[in-house]
Amino acid sequence: MASELRIKGLEAGYGRLQVLFGVDMEVKPGEIAVLIGPNGAGKSTVLKSVFNLTDITKGRISFDGRDITAFPTHERIALGISIVPQGRQVFPGLTVKENLEVGAYLTPQASVVDVRMKEVLGHFPELKPKLNDLAQSLSGGQQQMLAIGRSLMQHPTLLLLDEPSLGLSPKLMKELFARIQDINKEGTTILMVEQNAKAACAIADRVFVLEEGKLALHGGRDVLKNDKIKKIYLGGHGHS
Amino acid sequence: MMLHVDKLDKHFGGVYAVHNCSFELAKGKITSVIGPNGAGKTTLFNMVSGTIVPDGGSIRFNSKDITGLPAYKIARQGISRTFQLAKVFKNLSVRDNLLLAKQTTDDVLLAALKQVRFTKSLDVLAGELSYGQQRLVELARGLLFPHQLLMLDEPTAGVNPLVRREIAEILRNLRRQGSTIMLIEHDMDFVMGLSDHVIVMNEGTVLTQGPPGKVRNDPAVLEAYLGK
Repeated sequence: MASELRIKGLEAGYGRLQVLFGVDMEVKPGEIAVLIGPNGAGKSTVLKSVFNLTDITKGRISFDGRDITAFPTHERIALGISIVPQGRQVFPGLTVKENLEVGAYLTPQASVVDVRMKEVLGHFPELKPKLNDLAQSLSGGQQQMLAIGRSLMQHPTLLLLDEPSLGLSPKLMKELFARIQDINKEGTTILMVEQNAKAACAIADRVFVLEEGKLALHGGRDVLKNDKIKKIYLGGHGHS
Repeated sequence: MMLHVDKLDKHFGGVYAVHNCSFELAKGKITSVIGPNGAGKTTLFNMVSGTIVPDGGSIRFNSKDITGLPAYKIARQGISRTFQLAKVFKNLSVRDNLLLAKQTTDDVLLAALKQVRFTKSLDVLAGELSYGQQRLVELARGLLFPHQLLMLDEPTAGVNPLVRREIAEILRNLRRQGSTIMLIEHDMDFVMGLSDHVIVMNEGTVLTQGPPGKVRNDPAVLEAYLGK
């Protein structure tokens, strides 16, 4: 079942560096939500906070109605949250199959692992002939697919994607976004951070625009037409 | 013109990070390089300062060809730079960090620190400073190193708004004293409020350039930031 995520008044950062200054977000079950905004706005920090990879100083994160703010990462995984970090973090010296198996580390039954691997290869059939190849031999696009496939091995109900299009050609990005839509249709809620705002909004049910650690805008996929967008991306506080 | 960059190329594997990139830099001005992630800004900086070698094209500084020279030789031609993440030596005192740029007296070091509004002692270990303070030390080091061109890679990254405003003021002061500054920056208010000239990079090359007002109102610039 797809999951619901609610973030309320989130303040978070890294040690003494505060990045988020009170962020409110709500992602409904089965949605594709996209988080955009200029560099340094805090997009990845929101995502990492949901996965307990930041220092949360204030606010609350709840998942399917349960307050998970204080939950350690492994318990969040057990509840159905999975993350694909920025920059295709596959294990280069492991084979494709081994990378996928690592994703199912918390799943003890071999039969379940087999079923999930079949599902993942259903989403990413190009990985099938490469199962015994080292991950480092894959192209950039295939590595990103493997990284997503690996997190799908956990069978998440909420998938967090941190800039999946980074470094991909426009054609590959389009292809990847289509797969993300397929994964979503099968019942996984998606929260995705993207630099390519236009392409990401095109597949979004809901868009959040972050600016300097705060939510600046919130809307549907047409949010880029908002007059504020130019100011958010190109500045203009106090001059024209 | 102080710096001429002509048809510069750099690829990593099959991917061009910088491609056919050309521009000139005027003396005594603040020039900002902006552009979306992956546009090639830092790669460009690294080639100008010599930390990576271009695959094609040329860089001339004060009419002298410096293309592909090692970093220390380029530095000695008069180019000083800072990095995207403050690179101070954390296990050295502020004094020793600064002495690496220039062998001089405490008075000179203190004057440089005063210029960047750093108020702590020379004896404190750089690693004990907040990140914003470390950036100020790095900036002071960049200033102390004898130079004609100062290159700053995201000087406001990771610093609080107060220090950001201070850095803007420091750079304005430097310009008043005749410094030539080239910087990469994502904080658009900082860029638009400070720069004489803005170069917009996209996909490894110059998309457009001009005064801040012109660049900000160019629809192609917002388009580049939002993607296709």
